[in-house]
Amino acid sequence: MQIEKEPRILAILCKWCSYAGADLAGTSRFNYPANVRIVQVPCSGRVDPIMIFKAFVEGYDGVMVSGCHPGDCHYGTGNYHARRRIAVARRLLEFVGVHPDRMHFTWISAAEGKKFAEVCSEFTDKLRHLSGTEKTLARKELAT
Amino acid sequence: MAKVGVFVCHCGVNIAAKVDVKKVVDTLKDMPEVGFAEEYKFMCSSPGQELIRKAIKDNSINRVVVAACSPRMHLPTFQKALASEGLNPYLVSMANIREQCSWVTDDPDEATQKAIDLVARQIKRVVHQDPLDDIYVPMTKTAIVIGGGIAGIQAALDIADGNRKVILLEKSPSIGGRMAQLDETFPTLDCSQCILTPKMVEAAQHPNIEIRVNSEVKKVDGYVGNFEVTIEKKATYVDAQKCIGCGICQEKCPVKIVPDEFNAGLNTRAAIAIPFPQAVPAIPVIDPEYCRKIKEDKCGVCAKICPAEAIVFDDAPKQETVSVGAIIVATGYKEMDPAVYTEYGGKKYPDVITGMQFERLVSSTGPTGGELKRPSDGVIPKTVVFVQCVGSRDESKAHAYCSGICCMYTAKHTMLYKHHVPDGQGYVSYIDVRAPGKTYEEFVRRAIEEEGVRYLRGRVAKIRRLQNGKYRVYTEDTLVGRAVHVDADMVVLASAVEPQKDAVDLAQMLGIAYDADGFYTEAHPKLKPIETASAGIFLAGACQGPKDIPTSVQQGSAAASKVLALFARDTMVKSPQIATVDPTACTGCLTCSYVCHYSAIEEKEFGKHRVAEIIPGKCQGCGACVATCKGKAITLAGFSDDEIYEEIVSCK
Repeated sequence: MQIEKEPRILAILCKWCSYAGADLAGTSRFNYPANVRIVQVPCSGRVDPIMIFKAFVEGYDGVMVSGCHPGDCHYGTGNYHARRRIAVARRLLEFVGVHPDRMHFTWISAAEGKKFAEVCSEFTDKLRHLSGTEKTLARKELAT
Repeated sequence: MAKVGVFVCHCGVNIAAKVDVKKVVDTLKDMPEVGFAEEYKFMCSSPGQELIRKAIKDNSINRVVVAACSPRMHLPTFQKALASEGLNPYLVSMANIREQCSWVTDDPDEATQKAIDLVARQIKRVVHQDPLDDIYVPMTKTAIVIGGGIAGIQAALDIADGNRKVILLEKSPSIGGRMAQLDETFPTLDCSQCILTPKMVEAAQHPNIEIRVNSEVKKVDGYVGNFEVTIEKKATYVDAQKCIGCGICQEKCPVKIVPDEFNAGLNTRAAIAIPFPQAVPAIPVIDPEYCRKIKEDKCGVCAKICPAEAIVFDDAPKQETVSVGAIIVATGYKEMDPAVYTEYGGKKYPDVITGMQFERLVSSTGPTGGELKRPSDGVIPKTVVFVQCVGSRDESKAHAYCSGICCMYTAKHTMLYKHHVPDGQGYVSYIDVRAPGKTYEEFVRRAIEEEGVRYLRGRVAKIRRLQNGKYRVYTEDTLVGRAVHVDADMVVLASAVEPQKDAVDLAQMLGIAYDADGFYTEAHPKLKPIETASAGIFLAGACQGPKDIPTSVQQGSAAASKVLALFARDTMVKSPQIATVDPTACTGCLTCSYVCHYSAIEEKEFGKHRVAEIIPGKCQGCGACVATCKGKAITLAGFSDDEIYEEIVSCK
C-alpha cells in the first residue's frame, strides 16, 4: 500500500470563539493531528476567499474556516458574511478542480475545545480518503 | 531593517516536555530576520521579561516574537515589556506553542517540528507589523446592572458606594430575585428575608442607584466606556409615581386565579398584585392576561377604589436608551421544570414538589403561612423523601453538570422539615453529598446525626401514587446493595439549576459567549472569572454557572470592583486595530458600508470622487469591510493582508 504523507490543514479561526476553542482543546489536552496550522483573524467575516485559494496554492490539503455559532458573532453579523462568501468560494473551488470537501466551514464556540479537536481529526481522515489526482492537477493549474 | 528577537518559553515542563526548545532556538537563530534568539524557563516572569528588555537595549532588536502560551493569555504582558523599553507594543507577536502545540501533540518530534513552523511563521509575520498608537475615547461613568437578585444588588450597592451612578435593571416587578423566595439559608439557618430586605431597601434609597423594575434590555450598541443600552419598560398599568402601595387593589380585585410566581405556583393571587409583602418597590402590577378590564372592558374595580388614582388601563411599553460605560450581567438562574421526569410523576402528583416549592411551603410568608401542609389535602406529612440530582448529573434526561447548591439546600430542607414536624421522618436519596464550602460538611453531618435524617445512597427509579394517598418511592441503598422503597406523604425534588429562558437572547444582544448549557462564559475559567471576552461587560452570580448565595455576593462585589477600576480612568483606551480606507484606491462603491455592523463607514468627498471613510471611534476592527472591498482599498491594522498572507505562505 502506498504510504501517504499526512494531510496538511490550514485552519482560519476567529479570535473570539474558534481560536479560543482551539486554546481550550489545548487546556483540556484533547490531542489532534500535528499538521493543523492555525491562523487567527478577528472575525470569520475577515476571511477573504482568496486566502483559501492561496492556501491550496501553497500546498495545503485542506482549509478549515471556523467562526462563532450563528447569532453569537462578537461583531454581530460577521459569521453570516463568511457563510455566504464561503458558499460562493466552494463553487469556485469545484470549478477549478479542487474537491469542494477540501474546504470545511464550521462553527466552534469558545467552550467547544473537544469539538475543535474532533473536527480536526475528522477533517484529516476525510482528506486522507480524498487524496487522489484532483489535488495535484488543480494545484498545477492554480499555480500557473 | 527589521531585526527580530525570538524568545522561546519552556513554561516549566508544559512546553519543554514535548517541544525540544533548544532545537527550536538553534534552528531559527540563523533566519535572516532574526537578530537575537534565546530560551527561558518562564518568559512571563520578571526575569523573562527582563530578557526582552535587555535584548532591546543591548542587541538593538526592533521586533519581538515570544513563543509561549496563547496570545489570549500573555500578549498584553509582553506588549508592556516592549513599551517599557520604548518600543511600540504592537511590534510583538506570539507563537502559540503551548495550547496549540505541546498540549495537543503526542509525539515529541512532531511537536518540535510544529513549534519550529509556528515560530518561524510569526517571525515572518512580525516583520510586516506596523507600530500602532492606542486610541483614547471618553468614558461614561455610569454602570448598568442587569438583574436585581442578590448578586446584582450587591454589585449595584458597591458601585454606588464608590460614588458612581448605577442603573439596576430588573425584569420582574421587584428586586430580590431567588433569595427573596427562600425561607432560611444554609449553613447558618438565618432567615433569608431578614438579611436580604435591608439590602433591597438600601439599594432603593441609595442616591446613586436608579432601580428600574419591569424592564428588560432590548438592544446593546457601542463598546466599553460607551455603551448605548435600549431598555423596554413593560406596561404595568399602574402609575408608580402616584401609587402609595396600600394594596387595597389586590384585596378588592375579583380575579383571584393568577398562579402566584413568588410562591412557585402553589397558590393563586389577584390579577393586580404586589409580588410579595417586602417587595421593593411595593408597587402592584396588573397581569393583562387575566385582568377583565383589559381583556373584556369589564370590572375596573381597582381604578374605582384606588385612593391615589394610580391605575392606567391604557399603559403601553416604553423604550428608552441609556448611555453607560460598563455592564454587569447578573440575570441568575431558574429552577428546572421536572416534567421530563415522567417516572417521578412528571408534575402529575400534587405532593411531588420542587425544592423551591418546599421553600415556599415552610416560609412564614408562603401560601400556608409557614405551616407545613402538603398541597393535595393539607395533611401534615409524616414521611418526606427528598430526591437529589433531579436533572443534574443526568446527561440522559437533562444536564451533565452538578447544580452545586442542591446537596446543601436539601440538608437544610430536612432540618426545616424536622423543625416543623418534629415527629416526622425525612429521607434523602443522593448520589454523593457535595459540601465543599466553609462549615458546609458540618451542616450536612448535623442533619444526619442530630436531626436523624436517613440518607440513602442511590437514584430514585420511580414514584407511584398509592390508593391510600401515599407515594411509594422506589430507590436503592447502594451502601448495603439493596433495592428499597419508602412510602412517603410528600416528595421533594431537588430540581436542577438552569440558565434563564432568555439567557441566550441576552448573550447575543451583548455579544458575550455562553456554553452549551446556556450559562455565560467567563474570559478565563481561573484568572478572569468575572470578565467576559467583551471588554466592559462583567458577570455576577448564577448566570455564569450554579452558585450559592455567598459566592454570588462575592462575584457581585468583584464585578463592582472591576467597574470601579474601569471608572477610575477618565478616558478609555481603544484598540488601534481598526480599518482604514486608502482614498486613492477606493472606487466609491460603498459596498463596505453595507456589511459594516457598526455603521462606521460614511461617504466623503475626495477630490472629484466620492470615497468611503471609516470613523475610528465607531470601528470595532472586525474586518468584514476588508474582505468585501473589491479594490483592496481597506486595510485592517494588525490583521492586514500582508500579515495574514505571510502566515499562510510561510507555514511549512
